[in-house]
Amino acid sequence: MAGGSSIDVLGQFELHPVLGGLGEALRFSQSPLYMILAACLVLAFLYFGMRPAAVVPGRFQAAAEVCYEFIHSMAVDTIGPEGTAFFPFIFTLFFFILAGNYIGLLPFSFTFTSHIAVTLGLAVMVFLLTVIVSLKVQGFRFFAHFMPAGASMFLAPLLIPIEILSFLSRPVSLSIRLFANMVAGHVMFDIFASFVIMLAGFGVVGDVFAIGPIAINMALVALELLVGVLQAYVFAILTCIYLREAVAH
Amino acid sequence: MGVMMKIVRAGLLATVSGVSLLVMAAPGAHAAGMPQLDFHNPLVTGQVIWGAVIFLGFYLVLSQVMLPRVGRVLEDRSKRISGDLDVARSAKQDADKAVAELQQARKDAMAEAQANLQKTLDAEQQAADQKLAEINARLSAEIADAEKRIAAEKAQAFGTLKEIAADTTQALVSRLTGVTPDAQLVAQKVDGAIAHQNI
Repeated sequence: MAGGSSIDVLGQFELHPVLGGLGEALRFSQSPLYMILAACLVLAFLYFGMRPAAVVPGRFQAAAEVCYEFIHSMAVDTIGPEGTAFFPFIFTLFFFILAGNYIGLLPFSFTFTSHIAVTLGLAVMVFLLTVIVSLKVQGFRFFAHFMPAGASMFLAPLLIPIEILSFLSRPVSLSIRLFANMVAGHVMFDIFASFVIMLAGFGVVGDVFAIGPIAINMALVALELLVGVLQAYVFAILTCIYLREAVAH
Repeated sequence: MGVMMKIVRAGLLATVSGVSLLVMAAPGAHAAGMPQLDFHNPLVTGQVIWGAVIFLGFYLVLSQVMLPRVGRVLEDRSKRISGDLDVARSAKQDADKAVAELQQARKDAMAEAQANLQKTLDAEQQAADQKLAEINARLSAEIADAEKRIAAEKAQAFGTLKEIAADTTQALVSRLTGVTPDAQLVAQKVDGAIAHQNI
């Protein structure tokens, strides 16, 4: 990663076609490969966890059930009784992002949530879903939300553009939050890891000082474990909040 | 420990100052720009299509197969727990009913025994009263009989007493005076004396 005096912290985000020409033709890079890996890991976790289907669950089954119940209660508590219909979607979203974030923490792996194209795609999907659900549930009353109830008509020319802007900025903030968090974490890893290699060039003194960046990177891994689950949670809970507004009558 | 802390602190200081130095010294690092923003690269936009396909597949497998399976297990468990609770509740109800019946039976038996006892006591009391009344009647009859007899004997004794008194008086008078008094007069006098004495 460290080439001479410069540090290539962004090289880790580069996409390479998988399977040479075939991957290039299909636009299939390592990013979709890791998406498939993430999906398969979550499915395997649920499949093998729930295989005993015991009344008194073992540890593995209990872990799978906790995941289910955590997302289920989040969806139902936030969205309301209609939340059960959206529960599989929220579950998919949360574990897709969580698995992507956590797989990216493994050395030599790739973090597909560090690509704005992916996070924006997810955010636009959530945005379109909330708009479609809103229009279906509320009809044209949906547009009344852009004028806050109780505000004077005098302020309407000011409030309505602000409300529309804040509504349209939802997918942007949703996607950039996740993208920026993942990129920042991985850039930090790369910078501190590069220091270790550079310090190694300074002989024994450098070796001793290299302990510093290694310790920082260890702390960063702990932080990134927190950030990974937190960002997945934020993404899922914001989706739930948007959907609650969409299904509210 | 102190030495270790000092080394770590020196390392941290070196790293932080190193970061700023290196970032300044390496302008080439950002020259190429972020690979994520290179939208001319078909691989970057390809992620959106592939992501949509994979996400859809992931969603379908989860919503159609995996999550219903987990939900079924949880539902079975809650059903079984509530079923067991129902069984326990009905068993408790049965037990409560049995206890109530037992207590009722005990109460009934106690009341019956009390009633029987009372009846027996009443009957005994009645019989005793009757017997007592009979005895009383017999005794009073006997007493009346005896009193009648005593009265008769007393009258007889008084009759005899008068004769004895008249005889004694006649004998006394004849012995003292040598004249035998008239029996009729003596009897008259004795009667008078008796009436006077109020015997």
